[in-house]
Amino acid sequence: MEATGPGARRSTPLILSAPAALLFASLILTPLLLTALLSFNEFEHATGRTHGFTVGHYLAVLTDEYYLEIFLRTFRVAALATAICVIVGVPEAYILSRMRNPWRSVFLLVVLAPLLVSVVVRAFGWSMLLGPEGPINAALVALGIGRVRMLYTEWTVIVALVHVMLPFMIIPVWTSLQKLDPAVEQAALSFGASRATAIVRVVAPQILPGILSGSLIVFGLSASAFAIPGLLGGRRLKMVATVVYDQYLSDLNWPMGATVAVLLLAANLVVMLTYHRVVEGHYRRRLG
Amino acid sequence: MTRNGPVALFFHTLVVLFMLAPLVIVCLVAFTPENTLSLPTRGLSLRWFEAVFHHPDFVQSFWNSLWLALLSATLAVALAVPASLAITRWEFPGRGFLNGLFLSPLIIPHLVLGVAMLRLFALVGATGSFGWLVAAHIVIVTPYVMRLLIAAITGFDRSVEHAAYSLGASEATVFRRVTLPMILPGVTGGWLIAFINSFDELTMSIFITSPSTVTLPVRMYMYATESIDPMMAAVSAIIIGITVVAVLLLDRVYGLDRILVGQK
Amino acid sequence: MSFLELRDITKRYGTLNAVSDVTLSVEKGEFVSLLGPSGCGKTTTLQMIAGFVDVTAGSIRLDGRDITHAKANSRGLGIVFQSYALFPHMTVYDNVSFGLEMQRVPKSDRKDRVEEALGLVHLSAYAGRYPRELSGGQRQRVALARAIVIRPPVLLLDEPLSNLDAKLREAMQFELRDIQRKVGTTTVMVTHDQAEAFSISDRVVVMEAGRITQIDEPYRIYEHPETEFISRFVGKTNMLPGTVQTVNGGYASVSLAGVPVEVEAPGVALGETLTLCIRPEKLRLAGAGQGRLPGRVSVRYFLGSQWLYHIDGPLGTLMAVTPNDGSAPLDVDMPVGIDWSPSVVRVHRGVMAEAPDPALEAE
Repeated sequence: MEATGPGARRSTPLILSAPAALLFASLILTPLLLTALLSFNEFEHATGRTHGFTVGHYLAVLTDEYYLEIFLRTFRVAALATAICVIVGVPEAYILSRMRNPWRSVFLLVVLAPLLVSVVVRAFGWSMLLGPEGPINAALVALGIGRVRMLYTEWTVIVALVHVMLPFMIIPVWTSLQKLDPAVEQAALSFGASRATAIVRVVAPQILPGILSGSLIVFGLSASAFAIPGLLGGRRLKMVATVVYDQYLSDLNWPMGATVAVLLLAANLVVMLTYHRVVEGHYRRRLG
Repeated sequence: MTRNGPVALFFHTLVVLFMLAPLVIVCLVAFTPENTLSLPTRGLSLRWFEAVFHHPDFVQSFWNSLWLALLSATLAVALAVPASLAITRWEFPGRGFLNGLFLSPLIIPHLVLGVAMLRLFALVGATGSFGWLVAAHIVIVTPYVMRLLIAAITGFDRSVEHAAYSLGASEATVFRRVTLPMILPGVTGGWLIAFINSFDELTMSIFITSPSTVTLPVRMYMYATESIDPMMAAVSAIIIGITVVAVLLLDRVYGLDRILVGQK
Repeated sequence: MSFLELRDITKRYGTLNAVSDVTLSVEKGEFVSLLGPSGCGKTTTLQMIAGFVDVTAGSIRLDGRDITHAKANSRGLGIVFQSYALFPHMTVYDNVSFGLEMQRVPKSDRKDRVEEALGLVHLSAYAGRYPRELSGGQRQRVALARAIVIRPPVLLLDEPLSNLDAKLREAMQFELRDIQRKVGTTTVMVTHDQAEAFSISDRVVVMEAGRITQIDEPYRIYEHPETEFISRFVGKTNMLPGTVQTVNGGYASVSLAGVPVEVEAPGVALGETLTLCIRPEKLRLAGAGQGRLPGRVSVRYFLGSQWLYHIDGPLGTLMAVTPNDGSAPLDVDMPVGIDWSPSVVRVHRGVMAEAPDPALEAE
């Protein structure tokens, strides 16, 4: 229905959205533009001044082995975290969707609510669980295996990332499971399909968009995660986010930090937009 | 409906344990009487909670975070209500762009937003300003509010407003007496989720806070990178407590599954 | 001068005419229904009267006043929406009282009038409830009370009964008419349900593709449909194609597959093709060998108060409806004779396409 009579003036929506639009223009668009410009500034180590124009930072980041290793590690960690989230999150969402209330609501809350607890708290929790005096090491000692150094390794970062990211995988998969007509699975079974065949041939294709969109969110957030690698990766296990932090707040080399940040943003946007164009378009057509 | 088999339930139990373990251990350690991070084996103690309340930095950061979250959530709602109405109810040039812009903080890493705002604040001389910090937080929490509001307004039966008009109500009266009360669950749900997100935010804030405006998560991060003692566990337990209260409230006013998973 | 007058009103969306040149006069106290399939423009017409949709051309006058471009909130009409559109956050009492509050009726008067309106719809005991605590029929009555409490000059009903189940719908039809008679409000109702339109309206306006095709009393629309569309949309009809054999004054003898039938058909020519329309309930089933046409029962459906038969014969399959008088029905495969009295035959010139079931088309 058209917006008629009351408030049909053309300027109304512009007036209504103007305050938010102004704020977002000045605090999203402007700073991003400034940062992009900053990444092309030269940096004087002696004085800390920035001026002029150079593509040197980009060349440095893209050729220096130090940065390449960090980018590589970041993407490796993010990819592994994403893979584990798929392996754990998809079956869990399916199990949750087959539960009956009140269990379903209770466990949905239990699995999703940690999302709302500060990531610093969760990182701290993992550092205690996996620390040398933590319950896991205590158990290993009790079993006669002896202490294992778990903190400040890639796997610790990955485990904690999975903990933080799992809800982001479960939510879209759960959503697509909700849209699924349970009778469809029953129909497959009634035609003589086995439970496994029904899941693979009937359920899986329909929740694939959910899995893909979950993977995308998890990968994007993992690749730019800061608190987890910062607190559990320590000084030596650097990732992209912690490097940006160090460049800005320790080395004070803002142009270099801006360069890494711009590259991170670009990588994120490329992944998101590719997904949107290719996958969503394809599935929208098929699954409405 | 078919039941979950024993394998599925075992798997589910492991997932639940995995999700809860770090939170549970934090809450347990917070009550330790020892000086080290250890489980309270010799009775419970509140000494580390006392330590938190006598630590001026933490107390100040707590108030900073609370004010920041209250202000940014409230202002985000004030901006998001008219903007969501504009986007859902009118077709106008630039609508798609604005919609994308308003939701963009969800896909731009907070790290990038942090360094970008740091640059802007440095240029305009706003570094360390609480007001600008609030503005930055409004930007990152507004999309959460807008998502709920857009869902609320889209699922809205316009004929209810038409009924009010036909009974002689003015535009302002219809908004105040009919539209607003009907989207109120979305508004309060959005406010709470914005509050939680602002209160928890670390990655962007760490770049744009100054010693006087440091928020609680930033303070905790700084503290944890230097020393780790049970006081961190006590602070964390307090935060978990606040979050649980907020989550229960959220569940009451809007339904948590609706917020996290979207409307059915 | 009529109480509510639509003159040549037209609504155009881009190049599409949703409503074209609709002219309609409604008398004070009259109950008029706009009847037609979905997309025929009846709802758009109602919304133009209500003021929710702008009129592209033409004028609307209410009690002598031009309201074509008046704002919806200044027309003072009572509207019952298809979805009822009750205010979900207000009690039944507050819902009904809202319009009076907007008219700045003093609080003491408001109370009396709300109670009176709730009494009229038998909901006095439910004043403190919220809409979600009511059944569909009760919500419908709250919507009605809310609309009539402001004593509107015209009551507009937009498919008011379509969300109710069949039994309730029938009961509400009569209740609606009862209440309308009591308060005497001029009423315009939109519906796609012909039974609803026929049973409670003084006059029915049939609309098709944005235009009015017939305005008449319900029984006249049923018995004398003016267009092929109406005879198909309104009720079921047997359509028998035939050729004019002889013409005699205003009468003609038409050959239906070799069987000559006398009909009143002034002005037809020899050899012209005609279609004879006969309603199923006007066919009489007699014993084999009697009547005008032979036939054989192919299917029968039990409708409770009636039997519906499909009879195969020389003209194809005909539908016949007979009242259920308690005796045993005809068996399938039983030969019968089909008869009718000449006065029930409606003649259309030309060939008419096979009528699709209007019920399947309506929604």
